Amino acid sequence: MTRESIKAAIIEIINEIVPDEDLSDLDHQKPLRDQIDLDSMDFLDIVMELRKKYRIEVPEEDYDELSTMNSTIDYLLPKMESL
Amino acid sequence: MSSNWCALLKYDVIIIGAGLSGLAAGIRLAHFGKKTLIMERHYRVGGLNSFYRAGGYDLDVGLHAVTNFNSKGLKSAPLSRLMRRLRIKEDDLELCPQKESRITFPNVSLNFNNDIRFLTQQIEESFPDQRDGFIRLIDNIIRMSKDGFLQKADSGRKFLKRFITDPYLLEMIICPLMFYGNAREHDMDHDFVALMFFSLFIEGLSRPQKGIRAILDLLLKRYEDSGGELQTQSEVVKIKLKDGSVSGVITGSDELIECDAVLSSAGIDETYNICREVGNNKLITPGVMSFAESIYILDKKPLELSIDHSIIFYNRSTTFKYQKPLEPINVDSGVICMPGNFTYNEPQTKEEIRVTHIANPNYWIDADQGEYTNSKMLWHDRSLDAVSEIMPSFRENIVYRDMFTPKTIKRFTGHTSGVVYGAPDKIRDGMTSVNNLYIIGTDQGFVGIVGAMIGGVEVVNRQLLV
Ligand SMILES: Cc1cc2nc3c(=O)[nH]c(=O)nc-3n(C[C@H](O)[C@H](O)[C@H](O)COP(=O)(O)OP(=O)(O)OC[C@H]3O[C@@H](n4cnc5c(N)ncnc54)[C@H](O)[C@@H]3O)c2cc1C
Repeated sequence: MTRESIKAAIIEIINEIVPDEDLSDLDHQKPLRDQIDLDSMDFLDIVMELRKKYRIEVPEEDYDELSTMNSTIDYLLPKMESL
Repeated sequence: MSSNWCALLKYDVIIIGAGLSGLAAGIRLAHFGKKTLIMERHYRVGGLNSFYRAGGYDLDVGLHAVTNFNSKGLKSAPLSRLMRRLRIKEDDLELCPQKESRITFPNVSLNFNNDIRFLTQQIEESFPDQRDGFIRLIDNIIRMSKDGFLQKADSGRKFLKRFITDPYLLEMIICPLMFYGNAREHDMDHDFVALMFFSLFIEGLSRPQKGIRAILDLLLKRYEDSGGELQTQSEVVKIKLKDGSVSGVITGSDELIECDAVLSSAGIDETYNICREVGNNKLITPGVMSFAESIYILDKKPLELSIDHSIIFYNRSTTFKYQKPLEPINVDSGVICMPGNFTYNEPQTKEEIRVTHIANPNYWIDADQGEYTNSKMLWHDRSLDAVSEIMPSFRENIVYRDMFTPKTIKRFTGHTSGVVYGAPDKIRDGMTSVNNLYIIGTDQGFVGIVGAMIGGVEVVNRQLLV
């Protein structure tokens, strides 16, 4: 997958979890949780959706990597490139 | 289904009971790809909150009101968070808020709605010196709600006394909290007082536009769409262990279904009873609090009879006795629900009043058929006598009536002695003495419709998903 398609995949997951949030103008540098109303359980759901949809494991110690859209894509790229 | 076929199947998780806790747990598991089977003894889902047809009417089994009304539409509200976990749109629940409810004790009544400031005003009028303490109580509980009402084994009365120094007001405030969610006699746990206060008074009450059935349909559809399987009329008679872990369950028709884990909403004691090898090595004090509920269908709207409250909690003496009564039913206190007096989007089709009292489970369960039928008639009347002391009488307008007793509750839930809120000591993490057997539902902790669902989700998250 490319950066673009990883981004689309993440947006799709967030959209499923919080369907009535507007995700069209997210700032990719800023923490997601400052822009979208996500609690820690929502966050966990994102991780679990990644596991369910793409069989990617995100260990708890790596959760910090998923703070902004860009850092998330950076983190997931090596894991998802080959998909 | 042939038994050979069954033995070939293996589930990741089997859930005992398709009540609200079982359905919510099942949705989470199925959604995240666990092969899940819910086994339900009855032919219908819902458990204590199911529905039935009698006398030509569609009647709900338990529903007075749904707690935790999210009037501001906050995403951080418990109900909103729960629905996100279940991937169900909150709006699809079609919850309609209460109008105004009332707590009535001798000489004093307090009205409340889904805005806690109104109750605060009411308290200021009847108990002027209690207002400030009450406001501090509200702040304190809102703070507690942010860390999920973490377990603190302490007396709820003691907690309330820190803020409410007038004992009469304390009784009035604790009465609805106990009726809607207390497993313990006399006192209520600190956490439960806070949780119920938040759910009832701060967030508030509502009813689904189309009754409990619409919510059950929604949950079931979500569960099945996620790939979850349900077997109704299928009782788990034994939980099978192998080397100290659950390996499967045995059904009423003697079939073995294998699985890697079991979640049981049958109650802790009831679960250990069907898992005999382990013995009952967690000592459990069973609950004793049960209720009887009369359902009346009227030929007129309660409003036309000048009955305008949504729910009335009443007590006829100055102290409120929350305990198993000596008599079959204690009509000195009760909860009267007028399902029609909620602000619906579309008018309701039947006029109904529901009256709940504390009941003695042993009496009703042990009574023979003749006595049972006669006692129901007798206690219908005594209940109506008591109720007509605190509100306009509707006796002349009753066109159909039915009564639920602890015996009915036992039949619907399988809970020994028909207890409604389970054992007083809860198992919040859901863990039992068997490593892959977990408890959800009433004995896990949260009670009520919303509580049962939250509990089911929490145990699944904590024990089976991460
Ligand atoms: C009269 C009354 C009024 C109520 N009103 C309200 C209200 O207005 N608002 C509110 O929020 N709450 C209310 N409640 C409480 C609420 O109904 C319960 O707290 C909630 O439904 C509990 O759900 P549960 O999933 O824990 O258990 P249950 O509903 O008890 O579900 C357990 C299920 O497991 C099944 N089962 C048990 N053993 C087995 C077995 N061995 N094999 C297969 N299946 C089995 C049972 O058949 C049952 O369907 C009321 C309760 C009563 C009695």
